[in-house]
Amino acid sequence: MIENNPIGRFIAHFILILGIVIVAFPIYYTFVASTQTLQEVMRPPLSLLPGAHFWENYKAALFGGVGRIGGVGVGRLLFNTLVMALGIAIGKIVISILSAYAIVFFRFPGRMVFFWLIFITLMLPVEVRILPTYKIMVDLGLIDTYTGLILPLMASATATLLFRQFFMTIPGELVEAARVDGAGPWRFFKDILLPLSKTNIAALFVILFIYGWTQYLWPLLMTNRNDMATIVIGLRKMISFADADTEWHLVMVTSILAIVPPILVVVLMQRWFVRGLVETEK
Amino acid sequence: MASVELTDVRKVYGSSVEAVKGVNIAIEDGALCVLVGPSGCGKSTLLRMIAGLESITGGTVRIDDRTVNDLGPAERDIAMVFQNYALYPHMKVYDNMAYGLRNRGMPKDQIDKRVREAAQTLELTHLLDRRPRELSGGQRQRVAMGRAIVRNPKVFLFDEPLSNLDAKLRGQMRVEIKNLQRQLGVTSVYVTHDQLEAMTLADILVVMNAGAVEQIGAPLDIYEKPASTFVASFIGAPPMNLVHVTSDGNGLILNDGTKIGATGLAVPGEGAVIGFRPEDLEVAADEKSHAGGLVLELGILGVEPVGAESYVYGIVGGERVVVRVAGRSASQTGDSLRVIIPREKLHLFGKDGKRLND
Repeated sequence: MIENNPIGRFIAHFILILGIVIVAFPIYYTFVASTQTLQEVMRPPLSLLPGAHFWENYKAALFGGVGRIGGVGVGRLLFNTLVMALGIAIGKIVISILSAYAIVFFRFPGRMVFFWLIFITLMLPVEVRILPTYKIMVDLGLIDTYTGLILPLMASATATLLFRQFFMTIPGELVEAARVDGAGPWRFFKDILLPLSKTNIAALFVILFIYGWTQYLWPLLMTNRNDMATIVIGLRKMISFADADTEWHLVMVTSILAIVPPILVVVLMQRWFVRGLVETEK
Repeated sequence: MASVELTDVRKVYGSSVEAVKGVNIAIEDGALCVLVGPSGCGKSTLLRMIAGLESITGGTVRIDDRTVNDLGPAERDIAMVFQNYALYPHMKVYDNMAYGLRNRGMPKDQIDKRVREAAQTLELTHLLDRRPRELSGGQRQRVAMGRAIVRNPKVFLFDEPLSNLDAKLRGQMRVEIKNLQRQLGVTSVYVTHDQLEAMTLADILVVMNAGAVEQIGAPLDIYEKPASTFVASFIGAPPMNLVHVTSDGNGLILNDGTKIGATGLAVPGEGAVIGFRPEDLEVAADEKSHAGGLVLELGILGVEPVGAESYVYGIVGGERVVVRVAGRSASQTGDSLRVIIPREKLHLFGKDGKRLND
């Protein structure tokens, strides 16, 4: 498949560049809109070059407070979302790696029952069990709390299954060698299983972080106070049905700010992936 | 340094599958005991029971005069070399070797000293900073040995450690293991299915079959006096020839009715099995020179020259027989070959496979 045909190379590059433009242009356009005043945004046609109000708009959005969301700054929303996304990602990984560890490496009564219980929850998406979960959260008084935002989304069958599959590929001899070397269950987990799961953990972290970051339905139900809203909810609230009532330049700023952390996570973790992939290669 | 004593050791899986059926073995301090047998004979299970990786259904395992039945692998003061080496893939060679010592809370400088000593013995010093995947099979094997040595245990356990190496390296490592074991003088139990490994390494050879011990003894004693047809056909390559015979009072009769002369062996009425090693057959030049021996007329099925010697495959009385001939053999497929086996080289087994003569 490797040919050095100039025309073929040209076509390949053309298609790739076209694809990048299609994906990147709307984001660029959003960025352009985020650097202009409301009047400039509202008056078509929108310039294709960034305006002069970058600092002003971003400062206003981050720290000034946005009128339509009760004067809460986007900075606060970002922080809320970060807490939620990290909470979900880390919580899910911790719980699922531990439960997979128990299911794969220990013999205890009801082991398979627990496994199937976890497995069955795969068939129930969040939306199906949302009302009972909401009721429980209300009864526990967890509305408008980080716990309420994170806890119900933390239990994960997918991640547990993923770790289970991975653990099952670990040769029994390795487990036995560790036993002969005097490593108890905790030492084995810490010294051998965790380092070997590094790449899996990194992959899951990226997926789960983005999953948590883009949550919409659950935060919508769980938060009433504006200062507990997540960025996606904030964004939704900032857009009014009346065009004139919406501070579009700030909406654009918020949009840009909302996509920066997931991009950062992906870019930073991607380097990690590659290293992990190279390392496991024999 | 310790002795290992197995008394009536049994292993039952589930409620009925008997993997090990009452094994008694006593291994003296510093001896290398090889457990050999076909796959599924229970040799690995037995080793894992000594290691503490497998629970013991019945009997006792004693290491250094201490019953260890209820102790975990780490408390038995043993070290094990696994078939696939089981090196920790994310740790450097140094850490692989040091891990067991760290878990025992040994001071750092002492760990360092031990690891470097072991690395020197095994010529691993230049590899200490590598990870297992950067090593060749033979080097990984050495690291696995190193991990066992640094622990300075009472007993070494080897679970088919050479089966993943190529033939040449296997021969080389076999010699190294033997020398190392001698040098360190650590009591060892070694499991293999390779009879050559078993013969060359063992101080005490234990031949196992179907969960039970068939014979225990010095390798050459077992070779010369196999206790059963199973041992006879398992130890030695090519294996001992086994020919079924019956007696009609004045001579022996082969399976297909061919009469052969009496040999003076006391063949019981219900028939027996005569065994003879391929190298004990002599090609008979003339008929008079073999009084007292067994004379057989072989139909030659094929000849395999392997260089220093040739294997002549023949058939007699419907049963296959191998003859080992020094140098090249002039025989051709389809020829017949007259061979004699001296009286003292004949092994006699009963119908049940147990040895009859001594």
